[in-house]
Amino acid sequence: MIASPQPELITVNVDGREIAVPKGTNMIEAARMVGVDVPHYCYHPKLSVVGNCRMCLVEMGMPAVDPASKAPILDPATGKQKINWMPRPTIACATNASPGLHIRTTTPMVKDCREGVMEFLLINHPLDCPICDQAGECKLQEQATGYGRGYSRYIESKNVKPKRTVLGPRVTLDDERCILCSRCIRFCKEIAHDDVLGFVDRGSHSTLTCYPGKELKNNYSLNTVDICPVGALTSTDFRFKMRVWFLRQTNSIDIESSAGVNTVLWSREGVIYRITPRRNDAVNDTWMADSGRTLYKEVRAENRLVAVQIAETAKGAAPADAGLDMALFAAVNLMSEGKVAVVGSGRSSVEEQFLARRVAEATKASAYLVARTGAGDGLLISADRNPNTRGALVAGLIKALPSADLSALGAAIDAGAVRTILCMGEDLRAAGLTEAQLKQVRIIYLGTHRNGTSDAASVVIPTTTVFEKSGTFVNQQFRLQKFSAAVPAPSGATDDLLVLGRILFGLDGSQPAVSDVHGLWDRLAAAVPSLDPIRYRNLPDTGLLLDATPWQSLAFPEGKGLHHP
Amino acid sequence: MPEQRRLIFQHIDEPGYANDLACYQRNGGYEVMKKAFARPPAELIDEVKKSGLRGRGGAGFPCGVKWSLVDRKSGKPIYLVVNADESEPGTFKDRYIMHQDPHQLIEGIMISCFANNVKQAYIYIRGEFPHGARILEKAIAEAREASFCGPNVLGSSYSCEIFVHRGAGAYICGEETGLIESLEGKRPYPRIKPPYFPAVLGLYQCPTIVNNVETLCHVKHIVAMGGEAYAKIGTPNNTGTRILCVSGQVQKPGYYEYEVGKITLGQLLNEVCGGPLPGRKFKAVIPGGSSAKVLKFGERFKGKRKVGAEMVDYDWGLEDVPMDFDSLAMIGSMGGSGGVIVMDDSVSMVEALGNINEFYAHESCGQCTPCREGSLWMKRITNRMVHGKARAEDGQLLKSVADQIAGRTICAFGEACAWPTQSFVAKFGDEFKGYAETKAGGRNGTGAIV
Amino acid sequence: MNLSSETLRKIDEVIPHYPQKRSAALPLLHLVQEDQGFISPEAVEWIAAQLELAPINIQELVTFYPMFRQQPIGRRHIRVCRTLSCALMGAYRTCAAFEQHFNVARGDVSPDGEVTIEFVECLASCGTAPVVMIDDELHEKVDAAKALELAVKIKAQAQRR
Repeated sequence: MIASPQPELITVNVDGREIAVPKGTNMIEAARMVGVDVPHYCYHPKLSVVGNCRMCLVEMGMPAVDPASKAPILDPATGKQKINWMPRPTIACATNASPGLHIRTTTPMVKDCREGVMEFLLINHPLDCPICDQAGECKLQEQATGYGRGYSRYIESKNVKPKRTVLGPRVTLDDERCILCSRCIRFCKEIAHDDVLGFVDRGSHSTLTCYPGKELKNNYSLNTVDICPVGALTSTDFRFKMRVWFLRQTNSIDIESSAGVNTVLWSREGVIYRITPRRNDAVNDTWMADSGRTLYKEVRAENRLVAVQIAETAKGAAPADAGLDMALFAAVNLMSEGKVAVVGSGRSSVEEQFLARRVAEATKASAYLVARTGAGDGLLISADRNPNTRGALVAGLIKALPSADLSALGAAIDAGAVRTILCMGEDLRAAGLTEAQLKQVRIIYLGTHRNGTSDAASVVIPTTTVFEKSGTFVNQQFRLQKFSAAVPAPSGATDDLLVLGRILFGLDGSQPAVSDVHGLWDRLAAAVPSLDPIRYRNLPDTGLLLDATPWQSLAFPEGKGLHHP
Repeated sequence: MPEQRRLIFQHIDEPGYANDLACYQRNGGYEVMKKAFARPPAELIDEVKKSGLRGRGGAGFPCGVKWSLVDRKSGKPIYLVVNADESEPGTFKDRYIMHQDPHQLIEGIMISCFANNVKQAYIYIRGEFPHGARILEKAIAEAREASFCGPNVLGSSYSCEIFVHRGAGAYICGEETGLIESLEGKRPYPRIKPPYFPAVLGLYQCPTIVNNVETLCHVKHIVAMGGEAYAKIGTPNNTGTRILCVSGQVQKPGYYEYEVGKITLGQLLNEVCGGPLPGRKFKAVIPGGSSAKVLKFGERFKGKRKVGAEMVDYDWGLEDVPMDFDSLAMIGSMGGSGGVIVMDDSVSMVEALGNINEFYAHESCGQCTPCREGSLWMKRITNRMVHGKARAEDGQLLKSVADQIAGRTICAFGEACAWPTQSFVAKFGDEFKGYAETKAGGRNGTGAIV
Repeated sequence: MNLSSETLRKIDEVIPHYPQKRSAALPLLHLVQEDQGFISPEAVEWIAAQLELAPINIQELVTFYPMFRQQPIGRRHIRVCRTLSCALMGAYRTCAAFEQHFNVARGDVSPDGEVTIEFVECLASCGTAPVVMIDDELHEKVDAAKALELAVKIKAQAQRR
């Protein structure tokens, strides 16, 4: 585990409470640290500060000093240094902590400022909350409740602006709801580097627009929906599917690449409705790619495997409606005959890879991993499209980076050295084995979706997707991060850990099968001492950086990305 | 009646005076600059500081202080941007300087550039002055030809280019950071300060001086006569001359250059401008451009003011108020850009405010919530009132909306759009309250103004 | 873009006036509008390309500044100042006189395509109110009667063409 450097701390005062914060922290964040909410719309911690919404106005003061001698001026009443309060309110978002800075957020002036801004934001707002997708997670709603007056004095007609504008394949815009905070414009310019959004016209008639003929279609477009504080930008996929307050949130990790983007799965009654990014300042800030947001649809895909399959040749005396027990029995039998190879997966969790390693050890099998690479996008899709290649190294399943294809395994098959393959959800044909080679081996396939390999397998045991189980991945930074089950697996699919654990028990019988992630971590930490004292339950939500020095010499494929050199 | 003292407008509307270089030089043009270039730049800055010159664009900020705030250690180039946007309604002085005496401005620019080690100046001229832009471009070409600007000015190693940059009809470009954004080719959204003080992070994030046209012309005269001599013109803390632009309902509207503080509002309007139109009485005046708070004839102002080192009582009628920065601020308005707009008793103050509100709603850039929404709301209220649906409580609502804008926005436009409403309602509250009834009596003598 | 060689020359001349190309956005918009009469979508994209910007960066400007227009206007452009000093001196009547004479509402092109009449905000000539800009020329103290004279002159010039 690596410790991060400590920043210089200075003392500021928020509503009478002193707090030490890193120098330069803006006053919204400083207040947050003492539990004081400074409401805001345009400010976003990961975008440039523009200060246009004016919701974060606070009173600001500085300790008084004698202009000539610079000596502190004391307040005779308190004996403490006098504070010079500025007569006008200041925006907290653009005010950075300097020694002795004071802010007040509860004064009548601040209250009046907030009520004024709230009133202004609502006069031209359609107030169509009952049919607005943002309802329940709308800053305008929350802050109207928290800081508004609760009644309207506006009797004039409201602005009319475009509604239901298709901004791109995934984002829909309602301009009447837009409060012109410019977060989305800044995101496109500063983060996605795709300058397609802007304001046209001016004053209250300013209108958010995508340049005619262009589309907001970059692979990060849905982040604009995430950061839109109101219901102006909505996800075309999620629109009108579910009221957000019915949804349960579960922390997860994006499996698109080794970037290890932190996510939240939003589910209700066993069904996932959307995936959004979860803030991790060391990994993905508050962003994620659009492509990772629809992966939950695999849970209910048509080719999902939900029934054990045992080929006639492997069945022996098993009955026709063979269950999991028979499949496991058949798998153990096949592997016990020797000449086994294990094809692990960079998509498996660290825990699964550890058990796969144990299986390989028990069967004296060589272990392989299927490489999955592509061009990195410089942001949050890295060149290694496996989320957990490094996990396989850490768990000891592999010692070197996977080759581009499985030709070494192919050669071993051709040489007659491999008769049985335990395959962790990979498609061996796509990974480079020939049809002829596949015919020479018996495949035990543990996976979630049907493919050419599952079709050719002797034993198929349906397992679970990342959304249905708990575990950890190690990302490109060697950061160990955990994910949790959001929804139950479909009937017929079994947690990978249970399957592997029972296979292992069947093979060597030395230790009883451990099928839950917590129990497994005791064994993992015992086998990989550098991981101790980490356990699944004490792993922070933002992960822990592991010592990468043992693998320093490996030529990892990742290039520059967000928070990756 | 006090005599005009024409420094800046010496040649304006002078028969036979042309805007070319030859004419300017025949009248002693560029001689001040030649002498200035023989002096150390720091000395020139010192003269401006000693002169007490206050900016003529609107805020009245001391020019010498502005110059001394410039970050000269950054290693980055320093820019001078000439604010020739002249966008404050009621103001029309820079128009005449640029159209009739452009070389005076160029000489002022070049002395200021030399003093501040500026190698590049831009004149941001409002888009509605197409001829002015052409005249300036021609004058710059002439000056460049004669080595008054461009490479190796006057044979020295100092080079400085001046380019003209045309705006396109946006009031907000008169705000210095909005102007800078506009000059950078962006929507002219004023910048947050801190951190974007032009003196440190201005044009292209470099130290930048933004000065008004008239201000820069004064620099020439300050350097010519010396800062101390200049400071003796006008009144203490309100030095020099300033051009008062009078418009609206008076006999003789126009421009008049006086020593600052040496003429009262009453002298200006009754004597210089010939009083109200026939059969009319003055009702209200806006003394410093349309965003200054309105003053009501018949108002009295009492208090104490500093004269020299002493505090003395004053008891002024509106006509007694001297037209200087401090006095106008003392009575709750401002000298602003020097635009004096006069309204007589034919005008409905509700309609006059309606006219002003329409301007500010049109010109709000839309960046900050209070100004964007508030300016349009105020316009909609006054429009509704004028179009037959006035309510007795509308005056108070207007004031309350304005109170929610002033002091809460990125730039001073917030005040600019709130002050008219606040002051109109405060001073003519009865007219707002009774507008529903009086309106029925038919429109005032001016015809529609909103 | 079918720009005159003179316009292209001016464009080449103005871009190097600035250390950052983007600054030339307003100058280019003025030049292209003077050449073409208005700023078409094609012009927006052309200017953006010249300055290495995204088209939206130019579109944001065209729609912000009132002096740029996205549609053609009449052959003559009558801009009547409506701000306070001019209004006090009868600008609304002045504008109405133009509108009646050319049988067109503010903001529209007259049926014969000859004029576009607009209210504009302060033209900074308040001392000679009411003022009107006809094309690039400023006309001072234009009351309703003088507006009529100017209108008649414009019609006569149109007939001679």
